[in-house]
Amino acid sequence: MKVLMLGWEFPPRIAGGLGVACYGLVKGLVHHGVSVTFVMPLRSGQEPPNSYRLLGANEIETPAEETPATTFWKQVRFYGVETYLGPYLEQLERPILTFLAVPETLPETTTSAPLRLFFTGKYGADLLDEVYRYAYAVSFLAQREEFDLIHAHDWLTYLAGIALKRLTGKPLVVHIHATEYDRSGENPNPIIRDIEAQGFAEADLVIAVSFYTRSIVIEKYGVPPEKVWAIHNAVLPKDRQPVERPPHKRKVVTFLGRVTYQKGPEYFVEAAARLAPKVPEAHFVVAGTGDKLRSIIHRVAELRLGSRFSFTGFLPPAEVERLFDLSDVYVMPSVSEPFGISALEALRAGVPVIISKQSGVAEVLRYALKVDFWDVERLADLIYGVLQYPAITQFFRKFAQEELSQLQWERSSARVLQAYQSVLT
Amino acid sequence: MGKVQRPRLTSLPIRLNMRHICLYFQVHQPFRLRIYRFFDIGELHDYYHELNNRVLMQRIAKKCYLPMNALLKKLITRYTPERFSVAFSISGTALEQMQLYAPEALESFQDLYATGGVELLAETYAHGLASLKSETEFRRQVQLHAQTLQKLFSAQPKTFRNTELVFFDQLASWVADMGYTAILAEGASTLLGWRSPNFLYTAAAAPSLRILLRNYPLSDDIAFRFSDPTWPEYPLTAEKFAQWFRSLPKHELLINLFMDYETFGEHQWAETGIFSFFEAWVENMLQDKEVRYITPQTALAYHEPIGQLEAPKPLSWADSERDLTAWLGNDMQLDAFESLYALEPLLQNLSPEQHPDLHRDWLRLQTSDHFYYMCTKFFADGDVHKYFNPYDSPYEAYVTYMNVLADFRTRLQNAQND
Repeated sequence: MKVLMLGWEFPPRIAGGLGVACYGLVKGLVHHGVSVTFVMPLRSGQEPPNSYRLLGANEIETPAEETPATTFWKQVRFYGVETYLGPYLEQLERPILTFLAVPETLPETTTSAPLRLFFTGKYGADLLDEVYRYAYAVSFLAQREEFDLIHAHDWLTYLAGIALKRLTGKPLVVHIHATEYDRSGENPNPIIRDIEAQGFAEADLVIAVSFYTRSIVIEKYGVPPEKVWAIHNAVLPKDRQPVERPPHKRKVVTFLGRVTYQKGPEYFVEAAARLAPKVPEAHFVVAGTGDKLRSIIHRVAELRLGSRFSFTGFLPPAEVERLFDLSDVYVMPSVSEPFGISALEALRAGVPVIISKQSGVAEVLRYALKVDFWDVERLADLIYGVLQYPAITQFFRKFAQEELSQLQWERSSARVLQAYQSVLT
Repeated sequence: MGKVQRPRLTSLPIRLNMRHICLYFQVHQPFRLRIYRFFDIGELHDYYHELNNRVLMQRIAKKCYLPMNALLKKLITRYTPERFSVAFSISGTALEQMQLYAPEALESFQDLYATGGVELLAETYAHGLASLKSETEFRRQVQLHAQTLQKLFSAQPKTFRNTELVFFDQLASWVADMGYTAILAEGASTLLGWRSPNFLYTAAAAPSLRILLRNYPLSDDIAFRFSDPTWPEYPLTAEKFAQWFRSLPKHELLINLFMDYETFGEHQWAETGIFSFFEAWVENMLQDKEVRYITPQTALAYHEPIGQLEAPKPLSWADSERDLTAWLGNDMQLDAFESLYALEPLLQNLSPEQHPDLHRDWLRLQTSDHFYYMCTKFFADGDVHKYFNPYDSPYEAYVTYMNVLADFRTRLQNAQND
């Protein structure tokens, strides 16, 4: 079976759990004998040679002459609106709003030579523009690539998936790692929400990363339940031993993720404020960046807790591992977390985790401490317990490792393969 | 307001057509921090951006210190110290950096001091804000700075200036108690009310202490507006500027121009004509035989105080508010400042001889620039705040500083147990 997979992130170009999940899934599918071509905006060039194929949208030649794809795009209407894609922005500074105009988005088909489009592969201020360009470039694979099925990850690639399906008639599976409701609460960006809804509607099957997310897809987007499968993410086996910790009296409490509404960083800070006076050796780390970082730093300063906090900014994977090695407890207070793969990564590194009940990963972990994201008193209690009573850490380490061994990508991708087969027959 | 003292006869004759200009230049450079990350805490104890600090010091030495010192020496030699003298305050951290990165700049200052046309002022060694938090640390640093001036210049300062001209009543009494006879302050209306800065005053809290007040419109004409093409007076010529001094009320005899030394060649590049403007202005002024450029101690010998000044709340020379909000205005700055001085008791058990590194870092972390980089006031004063600022945002400045402080605290705690 040949799958054309569309995604925004793939290691080493990753910003969060999306890239990690795509990597694990592809490896799992390859294990089951599936041939995968993964198309991302651009490759880093640092990827090791492997049994799957990676392709950058910036490498795809868009032709000068009339093709079925160029004809298709002439019938497509684009949104031209001022927008600000808050939760994705990587910068601390809010950029000036961009106006997205169709003529600038797509190249004129009257150009005489084939063209390669420009991509950043990031979540910048021109994200929507880049999403359109990606869909345009990828659509030319309709004639050039051989595949049985299209698999698109998150709204960023749904337009490309829809275009390919319309051009080839091949089945489309869309994977949802996070919905716009997770990222923005009850005020979704209408453009992104519409793209998601259109992806769900045109797909032959939707894969949600948890039952939690599946219910959002059904309730908020009106997708028929039988069309939505919940297939949990997994974690790749540990490929390294934890580094011996230097002898520190410091106890490190870690938040890792985009510093956005969705991830609930403010609940972490409020819990820290309750804990800090009681545990003088506790040090709090906020690893990640996002549109809430400034207000979080302000709040920490206001609480006079700056000397107890470290803000690391975005960390590349190797440094995430280093951070886990230094951490005594990992806290994931997400307001709405479709899955939360980083909790599994923390456990894999032997770090006990406290996760919000509003997360997909809570469905698969029995040996984790769970708390409602808003209950900062309880969160502070739990962190205190983990830091003060080593028995808890030992207990969770032992049993969580067993649980983790069940959460393998081979298993998850076997289910994905079943999903493929259901739409191919 | 204190009572006005009656003029008495002075040792030096003062004539009513005489005019004195007191020039004081601030020389200061901080030890800027490198990007100090969470992973460095407990691992690396080297906090400073060596390259950045070296390159900046060498650039400033070349563009400002050396050429301006040469110009001042020329003027002192031509007119004699009696007619042309200037005052400097050189922070301890700037002196350290000159020794480390630009010894020729230090030699140039020593050479200039040897002309007899320079008064060196006392300040806190690290150019910090200790006076707002700890009297002990404040006194210790003033003493340390005086020792350094003695060692490098054989100078014994008699005039004190506080970081960013921070001034308040309590400070005046400490300074007088330490034996200083004069202090510099900002000529702000909050301090003066309706009165003119162009006179000598005394401190209400310490009547023996004379106060020299910065004439901020004329100082800032050079320091900030000189090369601003949107300023209606642009371009400022030596003749025009000299004319403004001549048109001041005849009885206002003491005009104090205080500014950062980096104004010459760095804030205002040589290409703006700042050097030739300065020289031409001094020459123009000195054509009048009654004009002299004097230093604060000479001003004390000539002039009598005409009133007392009170400052229950600290004032500074910064920004339009003339208060402390540039350093201690937002929560990040206050948190950093309070966290820093919470460490002071830990230092008291550690002798500088046994723990030279800890004491060096303790001083360098107190430098006011670290707090200035965390300022979030981005209005008219933002341009000034961005100058020499190594960080992209005040948030980065705060995060870096607090990481450093976390490591420094651990080192202090470990040293207690040794």
